[in-house]
Amino acid sequence: MKKILEKYEPIIGLEIHTQLSTASKAYSSDGTTYGAMPNTQTNAISLGHPGTLPMPNATVYEFAVRLGLACSCQIRERNEYARKNYFYADLPKGYQITQDTTPICTGGFVDIEDANGDPKRIGLTRIHMEEDSGKSIHDIDPFNTLIDLNRAGTPLLEIVSEPDFRTGQEAYNYLSEMRKLVRYLEISDGNMEEGSLRCDVNVSIRPIGREKFGTKVEVKNMNSFRNVQRAIDYEIKRQYELYENNEEVHQQTRTFDAAKGKTILLRAKEDAHDYRYFPEPDIQPVSVKQDYINSVKAELPPLPSELLAKYLGLGLSEYDAKLLTESKDIALYFEAIIGHTKNHKQAANWLMGSIKSYLNEKAVAIKDFPLSAKTIAELIALVDAGTVSNSAANGDLFKALLEQPNTSPKQLAQELNLMQESDSDALLELVQSVLQKYPAKVAEYQGGKKGLMGLFMGEVMKLSKGKADPKVTTKLVQQELEK
Amino acid sequence: MKLDKQTVEKLAHLARLEFSEEEKEAMMQDMDKILAFVEKINELKLDGVEPLVYLTEEENILRKDEVITEVSKAEALKNAPSKDTDYFKVSKVLSREE
Repeated sequence: MKKILEKYEPIIGLEIHTQLSTASKAYSSDGTTYGAMPNTQTNAISLGHPGTLPMPNATVYEFAVRLGLACSCQIRERNEYARKNYFYADLPKGYQITQDTTPICTGGFVDIEDANGDPKRIGLTRIHMEEDSGKSIHDIDPFNTLIDLNRAGTPLLEIVSEPDFRTGQEAYNYLSEMRKLVRYLEISDGNMEEGSLRCDVNVSIRPIGREKFGTKVEVKNMNSFRNVQRAIDYEIKRQYELYENNEEVHQQTRTFDAAKGKTILLRAKEDAHDYRYFPEPDIQPVSVKQDYINSVKAELPPLPSELLAKYLGLGLSEYDAKLLTESKDIALYFEAIIGHTKNHKQAANWLMGSIKSYLNEKAVAIKDFPLSAKTIAELIALVDAGTVSNSAANGDLFKALLEQPNTSPKQLAQELNLMQESDSDALLELVQSVLQKYPAKVAEYQGGKKGLMGLFMGEVMKLSKGKADPKVTTKLVQQELEK
Repeated sequence: MKLDKQTVEKLAHLARLEFSEEEKEAMMQDMDKILAFVEKINELKLDGVEPLVYLTEEENILRKDEVITEVSKAEALKNAPSKDTDYFKVSKVLSREE
């Protein structure tokens, strides 16, 4: 690949379709639950019966504006719809209602990292509203294709990027960022396996320095982010070999065969569709006013990029900050903890350590984690004050709290006898008795064998049954020895 | 404007219709008449006149995002020429086009 990139510049653009998580469909009031029994979520409109009138779902506008704001897009005031005509069994109307000349969002950008981890800005061409088709099932009945129209009419946003990508890795990073974004905005579950996020790519390459773009090839049907990356890298190589052998790259649509790791011809340009777009006269124009945009903006949740910047500003490492912002629910829990403590680093450690292990072990989401953020902050305070050791807090105390989530950590630490001995007077007695027990070692220490410190500490710990506060103890031992 | 056979064939393909040679001839004549009628409109002076798409000037006719179940599975499948208890059936479609 390195060799190719020295001679050629790949030009890659992505089209993402994201299913919106509205309760009802884009233009009708039947439901959109994933995995429902076949053909139980339809109505006269999504079935394409004559004489019906589609009516747009107000929430689709809210979701589209949220995404537009999050990507700094221009949001169009006057929105109209168009019919995109084609015949297919899972599209009962014979046309898809989409936006052709008036996409709700234009321009804007998403910031990602390139293959070297350096920041890169990907431009957006447009985001428009449209509807999904039904599902064709080819593998149940050997003689027929079966059609389930539950998905027909489910709202989609199509997000078209500028051809700003140069490698498959960049496309992968962009898809991950986009999925994070739609999940933070709560407009889609972003689940590629369930088809709520789908991606088509356009790939061409040109010799470095040449102005004119190469012939563009479209690749469809990738079912994972990794396969999008593989398909792009394969396609760059395929086109490179064609160029090097003085063969022509044909304009065509290809599909990705994940098992073979190659792209395969789906249709040539001659079979390209003629969609005969025309204005959809059944839906009146929708005007999106500045007041409305402002009200959506006011309700916008914190964005991952904003939280990342905030956590870096709090002094967290880039690694911690990225992990914390990977999912919105984790980030919000972290926000809640740091609402109760100033020890941000410890808050991150708790969340990415003991709490994450608990969640993984029990396979539960942070939403269902039994302890409140306030309780975690109290645990942090107990450790900071030296009342409970860090290992006891993360160990026995944490375990006990999970069983009695409504008890205060301090009270439970007392009940379980986990409080550290940091009362200087009591500790001093222990220290003195240890030093009296080993007069020879004390003399050696005073003669310069500082390594004996560990022995004295260990003995004090033993006497206190592990509850002596190490910091206070060290200080007392030193003080006594240097007398 | 005279409509040629190729155009009829293209339109027939887009509409997923099949015509015999005689039907194609008949179609060409019919469609010529339709086009001639529409071309009459081109004689009008329409400079500066916006095309009319909507019959009213209303805007923002939106629906609240609420699920209303109006059609059962049996009702949805009722008018289909070919079906089983769960699905619409169509002839085997091999490669997906969209």
